[in-house]
Amino acid sequence: MNTWMENLLLLTFVAYGLASVAFAVAVIGRKRKSGEDNHVRRWGRAGIVLSIIGAAIQVMFIISRFFIGGRSIASSMFEFTAFLAFAIVLAFILIYYLYRTPTLGAFVLPLAVILLAYASVFPKEVRPLIPALQSHWLHIHVTLAALGEGAFAVAFIAGLIYLIRVVGNQRNSTHARYLELTLVLVVMFVGYILVSFLFAGLGYEAAIQHPLNGETIQQEYSLPPLIGPAGGEVVKMDPFLGLERPLFEAPSWMKGEKAASKTNTVFWSIIAGLILYGLFRALARKRICECLHPMVKNLDPEMVDEIAYRAIAIGFPIFTLGGLVFASIWAHYAWGRFWGWDPKEVWALITWFFYTAYLHLRLNRGWLGLKSSWLAVGGFVILMFNLIAINLVFAGLHSYA
Amino acid sequence: MENTKCDCGHNNPVGTVLCESCGKPLVEEMDNQKQTLDMRYEGAARRSQTRNRALIDKVWNFFSSVKVAVILILITLAVSILGTILPQEQYIPSARPEVYYPQQYGVVGEIYYKLGLSDLYSSWPFRLLIAMIGVSLVVCSLDRVLPLYRALKNQRVTKDPVFLTRQRIHAQQEMTEQEGIALMDRLAEGLSRKRYHVRREGSALLAEKGRFSRWGPYINHVGLIILLLGILLLRVPGFYLNEFVFVREGETKPVPRTPYYVKNEAASVVFYDPEELPPDMAESGQSVIKQYETKAVLFTKDPETGELEPVHRQTIRVNHPLQYQGVELFQSDFQTKLKGLDLAVRDKKTGKTIGSFTVDLENPKFREPYRLSGGVEVRILEYFPDFAMEENRPITLSEEPNRPAFVFEVKTPELKEPEKSWVIAGTNMDEVQKDNRYEMKLSKIQTVNQSGLIVRQQKGTPIIFSGAMIFVIGLVIGFYWQHRRVWIRWKEGILYLGAHTNKNWFGFRRELEQAAEGTDLRLVFPTSGRRENG
Ligand code: HEM
Repeated sequence: MNTWMENLLLLTFVAYGLASVAFAVAVIGRKRKSGEDNHVRRWGRAGIVLSIIGAAIQVMFIISRFFIGGRSIASSMFEFTAFLAFAIVLAFILIYYLYRTPTLGAFVLPLAVILLAYASVFPKEVRPLIPALQSHWLHIHVTLAALGEGAFAVAFIAGLIYLIRVVGNQRNSTHARYLELTLVLVVMFVGYILVSFLFAGLGYEAAIQHPLNGETIQQEYSLPPLIGPAGGEVVKMDPFLGLERPLFEAPSWMKGEKAASKTNTVFWSIIAGLILYGLFRALARKRICECLHPMVKNLDPEMVDEIAYRAIAIGFPIFTLGGLVFASIWAHYAWGRFWGWDPKEVWALITWFFYTAYLHLRLNRGWLGLKSSWLAVGGFVILMFNLIAINLVFAGLHSYA
Repeated sequence: MENTKCDCGHNNPVGTVLCESCGKPLVEEMDNQKQTLDMRYEGAARRSQTRNRALIDKVWNFFSSVKVAVILILITLAVSILGTILPQEQYIPSARPEVYYPQQYGVVGEIYYKLGLSDLYSSWPFRLLIAMIGVSLVVCSLDRVLPLYRALKNQRVTKDPVFLTRQRIHAQQEMTEQEGIALMDRLAEGLSRKRYHVRREGSALLAEKGRFSRWGPYINHVGLIILLLGILLLRVPGFYLNEFVFVREGETKPVPRTPYYVKNEAASVVFYDPEELPPDMAESGQSVIKQYETKAVLFTKDPETGELEPVHRQTIRVNHPLQYQGVELFQSDFQTKLKGLDLAVRDKKTGKTIGSFTVDLENPKFREPYRLSGGVEVRILEYFPDFAMEENRPITLSEEPNRPAFVFEVKTPELKEPEKSWVIAGTNMDEVQKDNRYEMKLSKIQTVNQSGLIVRQQKGTPIIFSGAMIFVIGLVIGFYWQHRRVWIRWKEGILYLGAHTNKNWFGFRRELEQAAEGTDLRLVFPTSGRRENG
């Protein structure tokens, strides 16, 4: 990737980071009684301006990559995840102008930062597209689906804020416990990114050979292999805490080309996440949701609830059009069939069913507030599962990485 | 039976919740009397609430429940997940799923296969679920859209004060009639500026906008129903065609189950130029495929002369199918096939090549020998297109010339007895038949490219896509607009105001605050509703 494109990406990252800080200051600094409204307004404006600047820089990044690179916007894991971060910011900007809530920004922008960082874990070069991916419909399909998902992500954040607002300070409620668990999952995600960067920075490498279906294949590890493939043999392994070979072997039923190294990655994310969480608890002496509660305690829960619904309402038509309608048009041109039931397609349908259920439960069965917020959180979990697990674990037509 | 006659004198259908005319609640327990009214479907009576006797009513009522619909959707969701645990049958590299699943995934695979999960999405239980969602969609929508239509069509401007004061947003203030009318004038102006459609009737006012967005859900459901019908239509013979044909370069073949013929003029693989590749890939020298192409010509047959007439010419690429009159040909497979063998006959004694000939692998000559110069004749005794050994006997695995092998008989004037000679592509036979005087040399292998084309004709497509577009349009109408109403009425020294929106209350609130700016009307909002930046 050209250096100046790299710089655009870095600038985007910085802008989103600063926007997160500005929104956080707007919300946290509110305690000072004098000129409270002014403070919130000033920092809130700084936050939204920085968000818009960041999004504008990312547009330049995407455009320059499109024209200079392989004419693809979102056909690698890096491109798609980075675009998703953009979509989230875009949806947030829209919602901000409808509801004027700096608090939402204080949570959404960090999510965009995390996703952008996650994107950078993947190879950034422009790869030549295989014939099936050379289609305008593909770009329309993926970008539109991502824009819809961006709105769903904002709904997830609004749901999370609602939960923190309503149950975050409760000590012994089931809701609070599950909320904390959700936040721990987010921390593990962050842990994974940190560990990946750490070992990539150290240039860590390891390779293990093992038999698979009668052939010997080699798995490359970019994280120290704590879990190795069944019957594996170390080909090469940089030293790590005196470890010379994997601590465990993956169970033999876990076949597949990269099953063991993927499990290893998951294992590392859990460890890193738990260490981070442990540190946090040791320092703060409180649960995360308790720490976040003061930030949101002045919000009107009904408004936050409405924001979550509104974001899903905005995202649903876009997701339907991009993720299902245009997707099937592309599938038709690429494979001669509109729908083929490959895992990624099915998961797009599952996502759609899920949000359909959300909408009906809310409108017709009166699932507002807590229930509705949990559904908004659950929807995002499905999206992330779709992004991470389906792409990386299931081998299908869509798995890029 | 409940009394359905309202105090205002209007006779309502059984099951009505809010009087169709004045909006006053008709049936209620005492303790809800302070609560906000349930405005869903305008309080109109639905069919499912009014009849429950015959079997048809029972079925109707079952499918008219949104609860049932949601449960159906959630079941379909859960079942769909099961189908993604292992690959579906169409994606496995084996034609025998009953062997493949247990072999590849052990007991889990066997159970998966036995439960029918390996071919889940075309199984009848899955189809039944989708069909039930479809029925529920039809019933549910019909059950509600008609009463809703009636209620919204016949809206009256003058509503009962009870109806107004029990809206989520409301206000109530004492004033004289003159003051009331003056205030109403100002609000009417403010609301008109916000594009409300204002109607007045004596000392009452109704401002309304975005009513059409109430039809959004029904439009999207109609779209879905059309879509489902379109999919159903694919099962009707003649509406859907899915065939496959291999065509070699230079060959013309009938397009299965259509009146057309297709000729493959040239088929090729296009590789990326090294400049188009990232440096690391370009350096490694690997070639990366960019496209598969088939230059195709489509013909029809003249019924009288039987001659082929070209009707369409197009290069078929991945993502760029040939399309002609509803028939589509997709580039789906590309192979390079053996076409012919150039063989030379060499006399080992003199070391001279005495002649050569070409065997067309599609049409090897069996009856006649290949005649070479100098009276040499070569005859095919046996031909194995896809040669293999099984229990020490030569066999052919298929009719495809993947590894052609021949037994030739060579006859020359010099030989007393004809000589037998083996030729197996890719194998040197010199050692085995060293007693032979003549040697058959494979001098060249001729290849030909062949394209695998999917043939599709999908007459239901326009229906499916109109359904999908109607669905999306319905979604947009329902989600990006909302139905907002403000009722005002002055009665006996008091001005009442009630306001309702079917969604997005916070935006509505801002709109009302702006419209009421400069008046001293105190609107009561559902919550304290403090906004963050004042
Ligand atoms: C599986 C596909 C379905 C989709 C995608 C779908 C979509 C929608 C959408 C987007 C809305 C508007 C929701 C809102 O405004 O928040 C809606 C409303 C509604 N849907 Fe569905 N629907 C589906 C199936 C069904 C089924 C099977 C039923 C039948 C029981 C049903 C009954 C309703 C009803 C009664 C409403 C509310 C209309 C109103 O209260 O104004 N839907 N649907």
